Amino acid sequence: MQREKFIERVLLLLALSSIASLALITVFIFLEGFPLIVHTGLTNFIASAHWAPTKGHFGILAMIISSVLVTLGAMVLGVPLGLSCAIVLAEFSPQPLKLVLKPTLELLAGIPSVVYGFLGVVWLVPLIRNHLGGPGLSLLAAAVILGIMILPTIISISIDALSAVPDIYREGSIALGATLWQTVRRVVLPAASSGIITAVILGMGRAIGETMAVIMVAGNALQIPTSILDPVRTLTSNIALELGYASGRHREALFATGIVLFIIIMVLNLSATLITRRR
Amino acid sequence: MSNPAKKSADADACLAGDGASPPGPALPTFIRRLSASWAVAIILGVMLLLSGCGSEVSSRPLSIAGSTSVQPFAEKLAEIYMQEHPGVRVDVQGGGSSAGIYAAEHGAADVGASSRELLGEEKKLCEIPIAYDGIAVIVHPSNPLTGMTVEEIRQIFVGEVTDWRAFGLPAHPIDLITREEGSGTREAFEHLVMAKREITPRALVQDSNGAVREIVAGDPSSIGFISAGLVDERVKALAINGVLPSPENIKTHAYQLVRRFILVCRTAPVGPVKDFIDFVLSPKGQKILEKEGLVGVS
Repeated sequence: MQREKFIERVLLLLALSSIASLALITVFIFLEGFPLIVHTGLTNFIASAHWAPTKGHFGILAMIISSVLVTLGAMVLGVPLGLSCAIVLAEFSPQPLKLVLKPTLELLAGIPSVVYGFLGVVWLVPLIRNHLGGPGLSLLAAAVILGIMILPTIISISIDALSAVPDIYREGSIALGATLWQTVRRVVLPAASSGIITAVILGMGRAIGETMAVIMVAGNALQIPTSILDPVRTLTSNIALELGYASGRHREALFATGIVLFIIIMVLNLSATLITRRR
Repeated sequence: MSNPAKKSADADACLAGDGASPPGPALPTFIRRLSASWAVAIILGVMLLLSGCGSEVSSRPLSIAGSTSVQPFAEKLAEIYMQEHPGVRVDVQGGGSSAGIYAAEHGAADVGASSRELLGEEKKLCEIPIAYDGIAVIVHPSNPLTGMTVEEIRQIFVGEVTDWRAFGLPAHPIDLITREEGSGTREAFEHLVMAKREITPRALVQDSNGAVREIVAGDPSSIGFISAGLVDERVKALAINGVLPSPENIKTHAYQLVRRFILVCRTAPVGPVKDFIDFVLSPKGQKILEKEGLVGVS
């Protein structure tokens, strides 16, 4: 019994240490970044688009807007594609096909983001530049690449949600004379809706947090975009681009950017948790 | 650009003054810059760790810290120096010009590396120029332009001129590419070209010379700037005020966009530090730098 208690304690300690690292990261980001927000004032920080940190201007509005737009773009592309993929795999595919396709799609998640970025630079960017105009490195390029990158997240969580709907629902619907498609649309999808919304929110978190691929294809310009062909800089790219050389206030400003990003992602994750729990 | 001949005379004076004992760190300044001293403390800690590991090396390693623009060249020099002097270790770290100068000033590193000129208080340190680096303004090879004036480049990067039509070419928006805030190359470009004006937020930002070159090589309507040593056949360097960034023109400063790479010491270097700097300035050391794309000082 003594030994069992001991093992329990050790496991508890290990579990707590992983949570402690999250707490440490939170405290560290806030300690490093908060002085700057106090220094410039919250409104000057998040409502100004003038970012010239070595000259004392710390406005991140353009990056907040760009992050939101790039993420929305990725959603517009990724959600319909991912959801239809999930419906086909969960409802309309014979078991053997599903066994092959699902792991294949999940392989997408294992491709490093720098590879997506590289493909974007050599293939997508010239395509946009030659056929649509602009420099090619753009909001559109980032949205397309991210839209593909979030597919595995959306597909696998949606499939789980759809599979969790009890077969009695489907049988009842078909017994009432509904076709297979009517069953999926009117019965299965509404029943799985909270799981699907969670999938979308987690995909959104992935998109807003992605850095490497976005740095490579988004162009990183500091303006507020006026067209989808404009180059943009997201919050994450801002941190990764400039941290290497930053010192003093500039460094604090990058941590403060991290605080904003942290809050956005926390809100997304919490709402995903709440929605799942409601079920 | 200030008179290079005078600067190198200063450096000679630096090198000649052997034997002076280093003064202790000024304590009040040290406390005032507590946050910067954190960085130094970390560098120092890493140095101590490293020196603890190298059991076969008898003496303390020579440490160089500073500009990320100088770092690859300093690493190359250190590598060859260590091959020739087994038993001596040279550690090269980045951190930026300002951090390097600060480290040298406070003794956290033996030598600071800087890609910018010393400012104000820093001028009392001992500086040794080791090479010149030209900043080339590059366009796609299919661009018929061969040269621009500094004024024209400034107008493009400020955002006043946004279309190639202004240069008599077919109308097409200019895609301009700059480096990220804090980069040494950008700092030098702003200093030499921008005359205190800001680079437009419309500009694309890339975080390395290679990435800028890659984009200019792929986009026929783009313009950017990189280290002259890194220009290859896939991009075209423009003549500035009629002068091409050739090694000769960079050395004589006929080409205008030139920065110096300097090593910084607290006092005139002695012992192993002097030996390493002598190696850098020797024909062999200078040849290494020129092979890597820089232009030597001697």
